[in-house]
Amino acid sequence: MRAVGKAGAGRAKAPAEKSVAIEAIGVSKVFGQDGDRVVALDEVSVAIRQNEFFTLLGPSGCGKTTLLRLIAGFDHPTEGRILLHGSDITALPPYKRPVNTVFQNYALFPHMTVAGNIAFGLEMLGRPRPEIDARVDEMLALVRMGELKNRLTSQISGGQQQRVALARALAPSPQVLLLDEPLSALDLKLRKDMQIELKRLQHETGITFIFVTHDQEEALTMSDRVAVMNKGRILQIGHPRDIYDRPSERFVANFIGDTNFLQAELLPAKGRSNQVKLPSGKAVATSLPEGFLGEEGKMVSIVVRPEHAEVVATPAAGILTGTLDNIVYFGTDTHFHVDLDTGGAFTVRMQNLRGSESGFSLGDKVGIAFKPDAVQALRD
Amino acid sequence: MASAPSQAASSIVQPGRSAAEVTAEAARQDLRNRWLLSTPALLIIMCAAVGPLLIVLVYSFLTPGDYGNVKWHFSTEGWQNVVIQRDIFDNSLHWADANLSIFWRSLKLSIMTTGTTVLVGVPTAYFIATRPGRQRELWLFLITIPFWTNLLIRTYAIMDLLRTDGLVNTVLLDLGIIHQPLQLMFTDFAIGFGMTYVYLPLMVLPIYASIEKLDFRLVEAGYDLYANRWNMFWRIILPLVKPGIIAGSILVFIPSLGAYVTPRVLGGGKNMMVGNLIELLFGQGRNWPLGSALSITLMVIVMIALLYYVRVASSQRQSNV
Repeated sequence: MRAVGKAGAGRAKAPAEKSVAIEAIGVSKVFGQDGDRVVALDEVSVAIRQNEFFTLLGPSGCGKTTLLRLIAGFDHPTEGRILLHGSDITALPPYKRPVNTVFQNYALFPHMTVAGNIAFGLEMLGRPRPEIDARVDEMLALVRMGELKNRLTSQISGGQQQRVALARALAPSPQVLLLDEPLSALDLKLRKDMQIELKRLQHETGITFIFVTHDQEEALTMSDRVAVMNKGRILQIGHPRDIYDRPSERFVANFIGDTNFLQAELLPAKGRSNQVKLPSGKAVATSLPEGFLGEEGKMVSIVVRPEHAEVVATPAAGILTGTLDNIVYFGTDTHFHVDLDTGGAFTVRMQNLRGSESGFSLGDKVGIAFKPDAVQALRD
Repeated sequence: MASAPSQAASSIVQPGRSAAEVTAEAARQDLRNRWLLSTPALLIIMCAAVGPLLIVLVYSFLTPGDYGNVKWHFSTEGWQNVVIQRDIFDNSLHWADANLSIFWRSLKLSIMTTGTTVLVGVPTAYFIATRPGRQRELWLFLITIPFWTNLLIRTYAIMDLLRTDGLVNTVLLDLGIIHQPLQLMFTDFAIGFGMTYVYLPLMVLPIYASIEKLDFRLVEAGYDLYANRWNMFWRIILPLVKPGIIAGSILVFIPSLGAYVTPRVLGGGKNMMVGNLIELLFGQGRNWPLGSALSITLMVIVMIALLYYVRVASSQRQSNV
């Protein structure tokens, strides 16, 4: 692999501790003037490691694309700094940053062929022609587009355009690749294929990928780490499993997957484990968000994922009790909607076994039992 | 492509009628509607363009009358006189230098005008297209203001600038840059300058339209791929704006070739263009057949230029699609 500058050297040495590729320090971005100021980013700090598949996840308008554009250099932060391998790139124009972007609409040059698009970045870097030609062929092979080399970009399908956009951005061997919702224009089948393709490319090239999406499933399946964003702030950063199992805030728990929210009273800690008392009067072990200092006796919000609970026939055996309100069959699993005796509703998702009926019918009095380590308290 | 509609038609074909018949019937209907819609335009073109043109063509093969007009005697003298001249004293034949130099000047000035309007028009259009919405409307409005004033008056205004005691000379003299007033009026420069001014909006507007359509995400993509401003302009912006430049060039070049008022006022009697020569022949020159032949020659030149442009433009479009 030919590589640009320092990153190549760093990769070759393969440091034991993964070094930081991109670091944002207290970055804010404000659009507009005094009257109608819009704070797109609010003092965001994040360190993205080298060779990492890092995803910025959030609803539209959460600031994820703004952060990406600041890293690319299309916009400049109102406050804060952006470092690339420790050197400050905040003031550099996009064409002086060894960072390339795959745009949401691909932004392929319509007056150039597939090969022309891929060669463009290398030509601008002033590479010798034989090297460019070899690299273009290498990239075409990497994204499996060799036979369409001389087509114009308007003559190929959306999925193929996507591949060309990837090849074009990867050709100059950037230190960081930015991807701005690159799969959103593709249909479901193609999107699934491209998700696998992207993971493969990231693995083969060893380049740091920063991926922006609003699709939580995409984020969970592809990422090494996910940053969940809302209203210009990063709420939680972690491995997809941490984000899903241990959301620290209501927004994160709500945005990713289905979940049940309950109010509970924080009990005195027993050794290293914390406990909460549920409205039903029963106590259960809970995890607390990192750095969370709860006062005993205070009410906190807790979440339980539907698949981390189960419906039991004897109410007394459950941690919660209620009446079965609805049963929905989904093929792989069944959803049980329970009206809790203490008010509110609770959803349980249980995997189906072949040929066996659940044995429950509507109106049954049931208990809800939690699997071990099912409860997560929120910071709110 | 062609088989698809006939296949579709065959599924609903009535007994006794083949699919081909149905398709042909539909095509005939379509053609009839199109002719009907274009009738008014065709009528106007017939009356206002084709008719007079035929008259001019006929006149070009007649003999000049004594006091203008024509005598109905067939003659090719008018056409010969476009390039060859008979000396009135010794009847010897030689090249019609005057006509040829006037044609040459027309061509030269039109090409130069097109060139300068492109050079001035592209940055202007780019500037306007990159303003925020409201400002853009204002700038476009300002660009079109000259159209509201009579061409003759605008041309006289330019004369006021270029006169020996005009604004340009006065300022240059006062600044001590020159010590003798420059002869600007009645030169090719004056004509080129005037035509550039007059036709600039015709260049700016189509270029503006194509820059406005330009997807600026492509510009971002270019910057992202290490293109600096210079490469950005030549490799990304210019190729994408080319259709606008070609359209503007056609709009400027064609009226430039046939320009009459501007060369008349700014070029004086000496620096004529084809338009002035034709006027002269129909007026004082009293040689309508030669004037007619020159008119048709001019038209042929314009058509050749236009065909060339269209070919360039369509090959451009092909490589774009």
